[in-house]
Amino acid sequence: MYNGGKILIGIIVFLLFAAFPFYNNIGKVSAKPEPKLDTPVIQQLAEKKCVEPKEFMKAEHMQMLNDWRDAAIREGKRTYVNSEGKLFAISLQNTCMNCHSNKKEFCDKCHTYAAVKPYCWTCHIEPKEKRS
Amino acid sequence: MKILFPFFAVIALVLLAVAGTAANLHFLFGVVIPYAALFIFIFGMIYRVLKWAKSPVPFCIPTTCGQQKSFSWIKQNKLENPSSTLHVIGRMALEVLTFRSLFRNIKGELRDSSKLVYGSDKWLWLGGIAFHYSFLIVLLRHIRLFAEPAPAYLFILEAFDGFLQIGIPRLFATGVVLLAAVAFLFLRRIYVPQVRYISLAADYFPLFLIMCIAATGIIMRYFLKTDIVGVKELTMGLVSFSPVIPKGVGAIFYVHLLLVSALFAYFPFSKLVHMGGVFLSPTRNMVANSREFRHVNPWNYPVKVHTYEEYEEDFRDKMKMAEIPVEKE
Repeated sequence: MYNGGKILIGIIVFLLFAAFPFYNNIGKVSAKPEPKLDTPVIQQLAEKKCVEPKEFMKAEHMQMLNDWRDAAIREGKRTYVNSEGKLFAISLQNTCMNCHSNKKEFCDKCHTYAAVKPYCWTCHIEPKEKRS
Repeated sequence: MKILFPFFAVIALVLLAVAGTAANLHFLFGVVIPYAALFIFIFGMIYRVLKWAKSPVPFCIPTTCGQQKSFSWIKQNKLENPSSTLHVIGRMALEVLTFRSLFRNIKGELRDSSKLVYGSDKWLWLGGIAFHYSFLIVLLRHIRLFAEPAPAYLFILEAFDGFLQIGIPRLFATGVVLLAAVAFLFLRRIYVPQVRYISLAADYFPLFLIMCIAATGIIMRYFLKTDIVGVKELTMGLVSFSPVIPKGVGAIFYVHLLLVSALFAYFPFSKLVHMGGVFLSPTRNMVANSREFRHVNPWNYPVKVHTYEEYEEDFRDKMKMAEIPVEKE
């Protein structure tokens, strides 16, 4: 082999990059996030249903919030009719966060896990919660 | 044929992943194949590099296009004609990071059917650099699926990548640029007759593969909205060697994963291996000092020589008798 030293350095650098996810996770425990739904308002609901079905909300909530923002801020529409024909006020703080008042235990659980930083709270006021 | 074969090979991979998910082979497609592909990639790359390292470089062959080191009052072009290791590092860095030799690409054209003219042609360089850098950023962004908590660089990358704030989830510019650049590199092979003539199945296959990878990634993020928490569970299981198969992750993810696995496994045995090869190209990484130091061919074997002195020693008497002048009496 020629230039053995340089080749070795090259291979080590390659391995450091290629194996980063593996050695970076040694000794770290990551559990699947379990967003909590037991807020006082949700407990009192007769029918524990979100604005739309759970599966839809799980996949499309960000899209819906974006549509809500456009409807409320740009078109002045403040009522949302869901797939069952029920009416909801278009408001993040008064509708969504009314039930899901536990941002840290609900929103942040998955967002932190998936390394997502939504920019909701650059305009809206973050709900005040007791630090758990 | 050269285009259709790789095209259908990629389609077959897609269908294979869809069929595998339908047949409930999640463990095979989610765990076994990705591990095998990564294993082939890492050891294949090391194998290729070691194989290159074993090949001797018989001649001092750096390509130069600038003034060599000469008298002190003649200005040397240190990047085009490196005379020390430091110059070579500078030259290699520019080559690897900015594709400098491709930037010098020129194109010949017949004008008025008799005049051959040459002109600068930067399109390939532009397409190439857009493709490589957007692919790099896309790859680096995937760390969010492999690290918990995600490293800080991810958020800086995403802030720049998605700063247009188009739609939700935010549109990442690199995804669009990657797909556009790969489409450009593909169309170039189709539309330029000379390039089309020299293009082989091995050129089209990685293009189709990367096109499909980028497309499935974009579909997952913006359209089908794959269950990202489930995906991260799977990927974190892979990197911590305790694989789990979460429920509810759609077939599109397994298609993406199989295509990426195919890319990784194919990498060391294809033209894509230029990722490592660029560092080992003698025309770039050698010092142009052939006038200062003799470059000895490493495969020179010791040649048995019979010098004139030895010859004279053997035949001195006979030479004297024939009155041939000798050097030593």
